[in-house]
Amino acid sequence: MSNKTFLSGSDTPSFGGGRGEDNIILKAENISKQYRLGQVGTGTLSHDVNRWWHQIRGKEDPYLKIGDVNDRSTKGSSDYVWALKDINFEVERGEVLGIIGKNGAGKSTLLKILSRVTAPTTGSIKFGGRVASLLEVGTGFNGEMTGRENVYLNGAILGMTKKEITAKLDEIIDFSGCERYIDTPVKRYSSGMTVRLAFAVAAFLEPEILIIDEVLAVGDAEFQKKAIGKMQDISREGGRTVLFVSHNMAAIKQLCTKTIMMENGTIVFEGNTNKAIDYYLQSNQYEGYRGHYVNEAVQESGIVSLAIVDKNDEIRTEFGFDEAIGINVKLQVAEQYLNAYLGFRLVDRNERVIFTSEIKLSEKINQAGMHKFEVNLPEKFLVPNQFNLTFALHVPNVVLIDCLDDCLSFEIIETGSDLYKYAGTDFGCVYVNCDWKKLN
Amino acid sequence: MNHSEQTNTTWLFEITPKNKFFSLNLKEVWQYRDLLLLFVKRDVVTVYKQTVLGPLWYLIQPLFTSITFTIIFNNLAGISTGTVPPFLFNLAGITVWNYFTACLTGTSNTFGANAGIFGKVYFPRIIVPISIVISNLIKFGIQFFIFIIFYLYYYAQGAAVSLNPLAVFFPLLIVLMGVLGLGLGMFISSLVTKYRDFSYLITFGVQLLMYGSAVMYPLALIKEKIPNYAWLVQYNPLAYIIETTRYMLLNIGQVSVLGLGYTAVVTITLLLVGILIFNKTEKSFIDTV
Repeated sequence: MSNKTFLSGSDTPSFGGGRGEDNIILKAENISKQYRLGQVGTGTLSHDVNRWWHQIRGKEDPYLKIGDVNDRSTKGSSDYVWALKDINFEVERGEVLGIIGKNGAGKSTLLKILSRVTAPTTGSIKFGGRVASLLEVGTGFNGEMTGRENVYLNGAILGMTKKEITAKLDEIIDFSGCERYIDTPVKRYSSGMTVRLAFAVAAFLEPEILIIDEVLAVGDAEFQKKAIGKMQDISREGGRTVLFVSHNMAAIKQLCTKTIMMENGTIVFEGNTNKAIDYYLQSNQYEGYRGHYVNEAVQESGIVSLAIVDKNDEIRTEFGFDEAIGINVKLQVAEQYLNAYLGFRLVDRNERVIFTSEIKLSEKINQAGMHKFEVNLPEKFLVPNQFNLTFALHVPNVVLIDCLDDCLSFEIIETGSDLYKYAGTDFGCVYVNCDWKKLN
Repeated sequence: MNHSEQTNTTWLFEITPKNKFFSLNLKEVWQYRDLLLLFVKRDVVTVYKQTVLGPLWYLIQPLFTSITFTIIFNNLAGISTGTVPPFLFNLAGITVWNYFTACLTGTSNTFGANAGIFGKVYFPRIIVPISIVISNLIKFGIQFFIFIIFYLYYYAQGAAVSLNPLAVFFPLLIVLMGVLGLGLGMFISSLVTKYRDFSYLITFGVQLLMYGSAVMYPLALIKEKIPNYAWLVQYNPLAYIIETTRYMLLNIGQVSVLGLGYTAVVTITLLLVGILIFNKTEKSFIDTV
C-alpha cells in the first residue's frame, strides 16, 4: 500500500546508535521545552532583537540558560521556565506506553511535542512510523456540517485519505453508535455523541503510532469500556504503538505495558506499569488530604497523634483498592479513664457513614501513660472514594474525653480492580468478600 | 502489504527544534490533498449557512460597491472611463480586487482562526492558506459570472465593449493575484502570531491599498493628474494586475510588459518569503498565540 511511505522524505537514513534496536519505533533524545512566563507579547520584540544579535555573532541564545525547573508552587527567579527538561525514552513497536503524573508535570507538553503541534526547544525525536494524535477529541469538527461530512473532515485532519475513510465509513458509524444522526449537523449533537463519533474516527485510523490524551474522561461507562477494548485491540492485534496519557490509573493499568511517571518536567520513573502506579500513589500525595494529626498539648488523657500509613509504615493519603491501610494511634491515658473506649467512624465524601469500630482500652492496657495502637483496614474492602475519619476517646454515656471530627482523610484510587468493569455503577460503600459455598 | 517487519534502521521523520532554512515539503502536502479539498468544501458550504440570502451575498457586495463607486467617482468626481460604461469598469476592478483581499485577509488570519485545531493535531499548516486561496477562487468564479452577465447586457445594449485577444491569459492573471494574496497573507499571518498590531494594520491597510491600486481609476489618469505621487501606484504590483484585467476584458488602458514582469517578480519573492516565515512560525506558534 502506497500510503505506508507517508511522511517519508527525511534525509536521515540511519541513526548512529547501537544495532539491535530494530524494534524501536520512537526515540526521544534530550527533549526540553522552555516557556516564557507572564505576559507573552510585552518585551518580546526586545528579546527577539537580543536573541538575533546573539545569533548573528554566533553566540548562544541568551534566554536559554536562565530557565528554572517548572515547579508551580515556588516562585522562580526568571521569566523563562523549563516545562520539560532532558526527556529521554524509547518506545518499542506494539508497546502501549502510559504517561502519568500530577497536573503540570509536563505530560501534555510532551504529547504536544510528540504529536508535532509544537517544537521542542532542544533535543530531537525520531519516528519510525506514521503518527496520529487524539488530543481532546472533536477538534476540527465543524458544527454546521453533518456527522458524515465531519467523519471525512476529521479523518483527513488526522491524516487519512478520502479513500481510506470511505472504506471504513460503515465501521466508524457503527462503532460510534450515531447511525440515526449521521446526516444531522454536528451542532445538534450532545457532547457525548460528538465524542463518540470523534473517537470512532480516530480508532479506525491506521497510524503506526497513536497518541491519546485523556479521551476516556468523557462518554458513559459503556462507551469507555468500548473505547478501552478498542485501544487494546489496536495495540494487540494491530501491532500498533500507543502513547496514552491519563489520570485514570485503572485505564493505565489495564492498557499499558510500560509506564512513565513524570514530575516537574522530568521522568522520575520508567518501567513496569504496576510499579509506576505504586510510585504515583506514593509520591503523588494530594495536599488536600490529611494523613496525620498531632496534638502535643495533651495533658492527662487524649489522642496525641494519628497517622494513616501503608505497609511500609510511610504516611500516605492515597491508596489503591488492593492495598491494606494502617492507622497508627498514640494516646495518653490517665488512671481514671482506663475503662474508656477508643473508636473511629469512617464517612465517605457524600457524608455517608460507612462503619464504626472501637476497642475497650481495659482489654489492652492496665496502667496509665502513653500507649500506641495500630488498627488495620483490610485490602479490597473500601471501594474507590474519598473518606474522612473521626476519632474519639470516651467513656460511653459518661464523658467525652477527646473527639476529633474529620481529623484524617484519604482516598482510595481505582487502580484497575475487578470493580472497574462496572465503572459508573454504585456498588455500595464497601466490597465484602463473603463466604460462598457450593452446595451440590 | 505490511511493512512493519522491515528492519527499522531508517526513521520516517524526525522532530528537531529548528527548521531547515527553507523547507516546503510538497510531497507531504500532496499526501494531504484530500484534506485540502475537504477544507475548501467546508469553507464554501458553511460560510453562508443560516443566512436567508445564502450565496447571494457573494453577489450583493461587489454590485453595491460598483454602484457606489460609479456614483461617487464617475458621476460626482467625473473620472472618465472612456467608451466603457463606468459600472462595468468598476465591476471589473472590484471583482479582481475582491479576490485579492479575500485571499489576503483569509490567509493572514490562518494561525489565529485555527489555533484550536493547530494546537491539537499536526498536518502541513500550509494546507490552510492554500485552501483559503482555492475556496476564494470559487467565490471569485461566482462574482466573475455576474460580471460576464453585465458584460453581455451592456454588449447587447450596444455599448462599446470588446475583449482583447490577450484575454486568454486572464486565468494566469488571476493565479498571479491569488499567489500574491497568499504570499503576503502568509507573511502577515506569521507576524500576527507574535505582534498583534499587524491584524489591526491589515483591516485598514487593505482599504488604503485599494485607493493605491487603480481599482476605480485608470492607471494613466494618476500619472496625468498627480505625477508627483504616481510612483506610489506605479510601484504597487496590484495596480498592474488590475489595469491589465481591464485591458484584457474591456480593451482599455495600457498593458506594460515591464510592469507585469515586475509584478511577477514581486509575487514570487513574496511567496518565497511568506513560505519561509510561515515555516518558521508553524513550529512553535502555539506557544505564543
